Amino acid sequence: MRKRIETYLQKNTSAAPLAVFRIFFGLMMLISIIRFWSKGWIEKLYIQPNFFFSYYGFEWVQPIGNYTYLIFAICAISALLIALGYKYRLSIILFFLSFTYIELMDKTTYLNHYYFISILSFLMIFLPAANYFSMDAKRQPEKAFQYIPNWTIDSIKLLIGIVYFYAGLAKANSDWLFRAMPLKIWLPANYDLPFLGDLLQQEYIHYFFSWFGFIYDLSIPFLMFYRPTRKLGFFLIVVFHLATRILFPIGMFPYIMIVSALIFFNYKFHEKILTFITNLFSIDASVFNTGKTLKFAVFSKKVRLAVLSLFFAVQILFPWRYFLYPGELFWTEEGFRFSWRVMLMEKAGYVQFKVKDTQTGKWFYVDNSDFLTSFQEKQMSFQPDFILQYAHYLADHFKSQGHRNLAIYVESYVALNGRRSQPYINPDVNLLEYEDSFQHKTFILPFTDEIKGL
Amino acid sequence: MSQPFIKMKKFFFSLLFVAFVVGCSDDSSEDNSSTDNFDRQAMLVNWADNLIIPSYTSFQGEVEVLKNASETFTENPTQEHLEALRAVYQEAYLAFQHVSMYEIGPAETVNYRGFINTYPTDAEGIENTIASDSYNLELPSNRNIQGFPALDYLLYGLAESDAELLAVYSTNPNADAYKNYLTNVSQRILDLTGAVLTEWNNNYRDTFVNNTSSSNTGSVDRFTNDFIIYYEKYLRSGKVGIPAGAFSGTVQPTKVESYYHPSFSKELLKEALLATQNFFNGQSAGNSTNGASFKTYLDYLDSMKDGEQLSSLINDRFENSFQKINELDASLLQQIETDNNKMLETFDALQSNVILLKIDMLQALSISVDYVDSDGD
Repeated sequence: MRKRIETYLQKNTSAAPLAVFRIFFGLMMLISIIRFWSKGWIEKLYIQPNFFFSYYGFEWVQPIGNYTYLIFAICAISALLIALGYKYRLSIILFFLSFTYIELMDKTTYLNHYYFISILSFLMIFLPAANYFSMDAKRQPEKAFQYIPNWTIDSIKLLIGIVYFYAGLAKANSDWLFRAMPLKIWLPANYDLPFLGDLLQQEYIHYFFSWFGFIYDLSIPFLMFYRPTRKLGFFLIVVFHLATRILFPIGMFPYIMIVSALIFFNYKFHEKILTFITNLFSIDASVFNTGKTLKFAVFSKKVRLAVLSLFFAVQILFPWRYFLYPGELFWTEEGFRFSWRVMLMEKAGYVQFKVKDTQTGKWFYVDNSDFLTSFQEKQMSFQPDFILQYAHYLADHFKSQGHRNLAIYVESYVALNGRRSQPYINPDVNLLEYEDSFQHKTFILPFTDEIKGL
Repeated sequence: MSQPFIKMKKFFFSLLFVAFVVGCSDDSSEDNSSTDNFDRQAMLVNWADNLIIPSYTSFQGEVEVLKNASETFTENPTQEHLEALRAVYQEAYLAFQHVSMYEIGPAETVNYRGFINTYPTDAEGIENTIASDSYNLELPSNRNIQGFPALDYLLYGLAESDAELLAVYSTNPNADAYKNYLTNVSQRILDLTGAVLTEWNNNYRDTFVNNTSSSNTGSVDRFTNDFIIYYEKYLRSGKVGIPAGAFSGTVQPTKVESYYHPSFSKELLKEALLATQNFFNGQSAGNSTNGASFKTYLDYLDSMKDGEQLSSLINDRFENSFQKINELDASLLQQIETDNNKMLETFDALQSNVILLKIDMLQALSISVDYVDSDGD
């Protein structure tokens, strides 16, 4: 076994797939940021709100007023430099830091896709993506290599494989498979699509989509790793992601996944892409085809492999952390994020905060729109960690206004996957008696139904 | 990207997709696919033709009567004419409760509700404006010196007794300015209503019913959001919660609707709630048959699931709210000063339907509650 691993780690391959991946990754990120910026979302999401929901332990990560634009600018420029392969190591580190900072500023905007980009860019810090077909390789011929260790490319494939497989596992639950939820809610809402609109009203179509999505996610890694089925796998990826693009407001992600999946194809395909780019921009590619093979120094290789091992161990284990919490995962959302649980829930809530003076018994309700954007209010209304953080924020606000002996209670209702709304947070609990932590939040009322499965 | 391009793209992808789905699914059961698809356009048509436009039309009629009565009164300010004017004012104010929720399209453009029913009205501002005798009621900053709340002040709040009030319009040295102001405020309501109704009758009706898009710019999405905002902010909070001190901890008598004629305030609340319930059920004025509506839409979607009907639950809570309102004093001002708990109970009853409308109904209809267009997972 050990021997097999060592032989595997010695294997080398063409650097073309990783170079193509780097170029496309950089370009897609650049486009994503420009798109985000041009839609005015930086202003809307990070400048206008008075208050931001922090991840536990990252309360220090806050937007910095108008300088927030600077962070996006750094992110965009580093993405471009990644595509060009210019000072790659610095660029990818800057990209990882700036992008991750942006994502940590407000968890209202959390998307699995953004998390994917964060960890992918972290992984790429340790990969030799700019030793071929890059400005670095051109400027410093001693760093130009035509062949690189096989495992550096495989690590990206592994990450993509984990994302699909875990997304598939997450669908192994009774809501998804046996109630066709939440697709039964979402699909009929696309009634205005030509041809499809009527079809999407049919119950058997909802089940078909649910089961198809489940089997698709689980099988994509295998279809893509196994050469004879690779073309079929890629065809399915294209169809699936374009379908999600039509049916749901999903932004750039489908395109990012389609392009990323190209890495599974062999080097000949990628060399064709590079030849095309060479011809398009009349680049002299001869400098890159050195015939040399990159060999990491012993220590450098050890560090890289250690980081990657740890990285993947975390990736494989982290999504299971929800087993450590009691209660229904979809209801409490304890251990829900960072686990490739994509499109699993249609969840909405309504929370009314009651600020009470414990001495006089006087109370009043809070108008949430005084403090939160509608987007923040929506996200807050069904996630307990948001509700708790907001309660503390309200307490600080009213304290500064001179209110004393404060207690904060909530009346809240949440509806999950088409079930009727039911009480969510214990209305008799003063939320100020709780601090956020990774502990189970005991103020969440139990879910009255059962969702079976993973 | 331009609309046509998006449409083309959607069309193209749909084609590709249909080919795929049809290729993979068995064929037999597709023949009845279009018949049981809920027709949103039919709902929009019912909304526009049987609810919105008739409500505006009938309200416009009431406002014309109101304007004539105010002219009759200003020509000859007698007790008899005052009482006649007050009666038609009340009819018009009640009719307004049936259009207040339609703050979409032309009404949204002109800020209709803001100009016609911003309360508490600014009595001091009204007095100053009348004294200066130069004003422009079209200025947004003058929203709180016009509309029904201003008429409430002009017809009930000017003086302690009717005799003194009549004196303001007759023997007072500045009587003409008061008369002009009264007429101008009535005229302004008529102008605004005329502008909105004309637009509905000309172009907006077709724009509205043809915008069947499922996106958050589609008529169903937008109006549903407007409807819920109205119910939550203007009916629940405005008419009950804010005066009862639900958001401040202490009662706020001056914020009662129809403050100068408080014995009319409960009737306005009831009328407004009735209007929202009728809209929910698609029941048009003077017509017992219900057209396509939230109710029929929900029933259609419920038919795919087991369990109780959401529309019946919502109607139960409407009824429950009416019961709570019936226990209140005709004057909500009186109510908050004697027994505010009953007011808060009414607030809770109204609130319980916010939950069903905003969570359960929106989820069932797959309508997004926020207006921020952002990406999803």
